[in-house]
Amino acid sequence: MASLRDVKTKIGAVKKTKQITKAMNMVASAKLRNAQGRIERFKPYAQKFFEMLGDLAAGADESVHPLLAKREEKKTVGIVIVTSDRGLCGSFNANIIKAALKLAREKRAEGLGVKFYCVGKKGRDAVRKAEYEIVVQYRDIMGSFDFTVASKLGNELINAFLDGTLDEVVLCYGEFISMGRQVPVAQIVLPISGTPGEAAGSGKEYVYEPSVEGLLAELLPRFVKVQVYRGMLDTSASEHAARMTAMDNATRACDDMINALTLLYNKTRQAAITRDLMDIVGATEALK
Amino acid sequence: MSKKLLLEIVTPDRKVLSQDVDYVGAPGALGEFGVLPNHIPFLSALGIGNLYYKDGGRTHYVFVSGGFAEVNPDKVTILAEAAEKATDIDTERARKAQERAQQRLARAQEKVDNARAQAALRRSLARMSCRTSGEKAGTC
Repeated sequence: MASLRDVKTKIGAVKKTKQITKAMNMVASAKLRNAQGRIERFKPYAQKFFEMLGDLAAGADESVHPLLAKREEKKTVGIVIVTSDRGLCGSFNANIIKAALKLAREKRAEGLGVKFYCVGKKGRDAVRKAEYEIVVQYRDIMGSFDFTVASKLGNELINAFLDGTLDEVVLCYGEFISMGRQVPVAQIVLPISGTPGEAAGSGKEYVYEPSVEGLLAELLPRFVKVQVYRGMLDTSASEHAARMTAMDNATRACDDMINALTLLYNKTRQAAITRDLMDIVGATEALK
Repeated sequence: MSKKLLLEIVTPDRKVLSQDVDYVGAPGALGEFGVLPNHIPFLSALGIGNLYYKDGGRTHYVFVSGGFAEVNPDKVTILAEAAEKATDIDTERARKAQERAQQRLARAQEKVDNARAQAALRRSLARMSCRTSGEKAGTC
């Protein structure tokens, strides 16, 4: 049986762990509120953007712009994996990584080359371990990023797609559905197909300047960036939500453990007292 | 004549402006265009430059870059990658950006770098001129 002192130290340790997990929970909840606010602020832009694109794309088909063209013969697939920089958020990162690596294996089985673009440290580490080629990596940015990062990555993807280095680009990120639910999503970004705005177009007749093609040439690359940005925003919100849940569970587990250990402590203490009493009684009996 | 236009400027990070105005002048890709209430529906790409709007006789300036304008009879929506009201522009930062861009232009060998530096230079110049125009109009 564990000694009294051991149990006591253990209780102390668990209590300290609980303090940390509780603090992390609170920090994550504050950050989550922040991240959700950013998603909210991004919504009007995205909505308006899709509407505009919908109006424009209504009459356009694949031949209008190279970013829309599906390639008959695919050689290389680019996978953008957006994860968090830090761990301790349950299975959140693992799920995204699993989805991305599964996709990579499938593509490889089809005889295609796979190249990775990594945003976030956790995804980068996993991809490196799996020994896939990493073209670009962005680390330690999930804490504070803005549209320029998405813009830079978007440009890189577009250039690679246009000069034929990549024939398809898939974006893997953690979609934020609710506090309790974050789902890894793999979405084809390039070639652009079925713009979500198609149904949302307002159906009004516009005068276009410079021209429909000219505007599409401006809008489509930005569409890629908007998608990348949304992936990053979602991942960041999901990360904090996942961490909150994980830390909440951890805090509760600590409580349970403290209870169990306190019980053990008291039992041990009682046993020790009983033993001492027996000794004393035995000794006085012997002296009589 | 009391009819007004609703001007909305949104960027990916926030809503910069949402206000009823009398007139909007925007830097279109093919040159500046002006919008009064009851304009026909119109969609245009925007260049880097200054957008201005008139409200109650005062002219306000807003810097925009990389955006689109959607004009409807009673509403103008601007979608921009970056947009700042003249009052929010940091001239000191813009001046530094200008110097950086000029240095890079002097060194740049590659075409890509050159184009990028030029765009940065244009942005910083537009920012500064936006601030000056705003100060001249007495709105910042």
